[in-house]
Amino acid sequence: MHPVRKKRMITIAVILVILAAAIGLVMYALSQNINLFYSPTQIAQGEAPHNVTIRAGGMVVEGSVERHSETLDVAFSVTDYQHNVRIQYTGILPDLFREGQGIVAQGKLNENGVLIASEVLAKHDEEYMPPEVTDALEKAKAQ
Amino acid sequence: MIMLPEIGHYFLILAMLFALALAILPMLGYWQRNAILLAAAKPLTYVMMALTCASFLILAIAFARDDFSILYVSQNSNSLLPIWYKVSAVWGGHEGSLLLWITILTLWASLVAYKSETLPNSTGPVVLSVLGVVATGFLAFILFTSSPFIRLLPDQPVDGVDLNPLLQDIGLIIHPPMLYMGYVGFSVAFAFAIAALITGNLNASWARWARPWTNVSWAFLTLGIALGSWWAYYELGWGGWWFWDPVENASLMPWLAGTALIHSLAVTEKRGVFKSWTVLLAIFTFSLSLLGTFLVRSGVLTSVHAFASDPTRGVFILALLVIIIGSSLFLYALRASQVKSQVSFGLTGRESWLLINNILLTILTLTVLLGTLYPLIFDAFDLGKISVGAPYFNAVFSPIALLLIVFMGIAPLAKWHSTKGALLWRMAWLPALLAVTLSALVFTFHTFDAYLWLSFAIALWLVLMCVRDWLDKVLSARQSLWQRARKLPRHYYGMQLAHMGVAVSLIGVIFVSMNSTETIVRMAPGDRVTLGSYEFEFLGTRHVEGPNYTADTGVINVYQDGVVIAQMLPQKRLYKARQQMMTEAALNPGFTRDLYISLGEPLANGAWGVRIYIKSFVRWIWLGGLLMMAGGLLAAWDKRYRRKIGA
Repeated sequence: MHPVRKKRMITIAVILVILAAAIGLVMYALSQNINLFYSPTQIAQGEAPHNVTIRAGGMVVEGSVERHSETLDVAFSVTDYQHNVRIQYTGILPDLFREGQGIVAQGKLNENGVLIASEVLAKHDEEYMPPEVTDALEKAKAQ
Repeated sequence: MIMLPEIGHYFLILAMLFALALAILPMLGYWQRNAILLAAAKPLTYVMMALTCASFLILAIAFARDDFSILYVSQNSNSLLPIWYKVSAVWGGHEGSLLLWITILTLWASLVAYKSETLPNSTGPVVLSVLGVVATGFLAFILFTSSPFIRLLPDQPVDGVDLNPLLQDIGLIIHPPMLYMGYVGFSVAFAFAIAALITGNLNASWARWARPWTNVSWAFLTLGIALGSWWAYYELGWGGWWFWDPVENASLMPWLAGTALIHSLAVTEKRGVFKSWTVLLAIFTFSLSLLGTFLVRSGVLTSVHAFASDPTRGVFILALLVIIIGSSLFLYALRASQVKSQVSFGLTGRESWLLINNILLTILTLTVLLGTLYPLIFDAFDLGKISVGAPYFNAVFSPIALLLIVFMGIAPLAKWHSTKGALLWRMAWLPALLAVTLSALVFTFHTFDAYLWLSFAIALWLVLMCVRDWLDKVLSARQSLWQRARKLPRHYYGMQLAHMGVAVSLIGVIFVSMNSTETIVRMAPGDRVTLGSYEFEFLGTRHVEGPNYTADTGVINVYQDGVVIAQMLPQKRLYKARQQMMTEAALNPGFTRDLYISLGEPLANGAWGVRIYIKSFVRWIWLGGLLMMAGGLLAAWDKRYRRKIGA
């Protein structure tokens, strides 16, 4: 083989090997770390899987926030005005968490259909609404 | 004075017209070989810059004077806001930050115009003209969708809504300008690349002109990202320094591509290879800056950084993005085939090592891009709404980045064209052995984790190889170490500094993930909690009045070996104008560890939820960023860039 061509072949082979490894890594990591969003209606209708990390969100129902007086446990409901989902969380809620606001939580559904949240997402701006929540509200309204 | 905002708006319209003229006239002059039209580029640039800066200044004055008849001012300021925050509130919202973007673009363009004597006669005007095209697009964007000068007349509010409390912070005064200096600075390398395509002057000289500009932009972007990370660390109240959030990724992608560009420009300039790749990379880097602007400003992705946004703006930026990227790639497709590399290189030459650098950096960029855009792709095919979690990025990014750092140790001491295996072995065996052993020693004091051990060995390897290379260059029988060290060029020290910065950041990252501890506890007055070698005593809270907020300040004494070493005062603030709660973390910084306390919610009987963190070596992450920045600037300052070049 011509030396220039041989060198080019080696270069391309090296690039392909690295690329293949990277693609494999990406595919594997993506399959493990994608979290689907479910609206309260979808969860109420049993579309959401249990014991898998998912995201759920909606408007925090007024008067639904219960704080334990001795621990950092907190529970609240979110709604898309058709159905509600109960969310439990242990820890400190973000500053902008308030009743009547749209929020997104990440966690796993337990057998009773309660979302045990590992994370309640913070946001920077009180006027901001997570796009998933807007979408869920619109879909619920259309039904 | 009452008419000032209208004048500001008028100046912006004029600036757009001048930008349009700049986009068209010199280009026409180039095709028709008309010297007068070519010569118009410089003055047009200066006028465009002066008009934009004046407009920016007028907005700043409106903020300083509390002119709440302007919608943007009333939404982002308040009469009680301290003056320095009033001024930084200029870029606290969408409209103003775009104005900052375009102001910085025109400043960069003017700097190019000022320095353009060293360019061949027709190149300078074409470069400026390309920048004129970009400026026209963004000025039109501001004028048609997001003018900061819109009035609220006659129903002028008595007071403003206030600046978002999260942004009332020193980090946010300097972070956006630095970030934009970097983002927008890549437009210069882009303009050089496009000009090279247009004029067909694709020899190595364009790479030489573009190099210092790319280095400086990269240095600013590095600083901007480091500042953003630092701000998020202390301001968001949960002690993380990187969240793989879409907005952060938006700044990381141009940084990665820019890093690749710096290296491929070096190869193109020195050896005349990778020519068309470097052009493509310059286009990509700026495209990623534009994409970042789109992601941040359109709100298409759920992000902890997301601010209220308007979809029509997203469509406009997307259109702008498609036009700029599409036409550049079209031009590239037309012209790049004419480029031939004259020089070949061997598989062991430095060219090959830098090729590996470019491949890995490009893959890193693509994996971040994929993870960031994946939710959009998923949504577009109606597969559902998803988010890609931080574990994806950690799993993919860190092994590739570590591999890259292994090669970082080797490339600087490889020789151009080809490197003898014996030389590499002679230089590398000792650092490799030392790195592995030292890392193992460190881990004998700590629970063993193979991945962290390897990471730490790689960080040490990089440091030792930098030192090895330097020693090899300065040690000589005939001259003193000092004499030889002084003779090494600035760009060499710049490179060494930046590479050391990477190692320092990596060490910070490793120790933060390995050695940090945290606890979230309920604390009543008098309660004590032990964490690491420290004991924290909660004394209760006291009420504090700030200029535009009220706060509960927690008082916490920190003991080490029974002695009080610090009193930390975390705050829970209520900003009056917006009725918004804010957590102000208390920090006790140190070279090897930060103590970090933030208050959660008030619980029964004067008790509070309290988060306490001990973060090992967290400052090293940003210290590394500063070293990288200094390295980039030092390299750009090299003497050889200041000589006039004929073409």
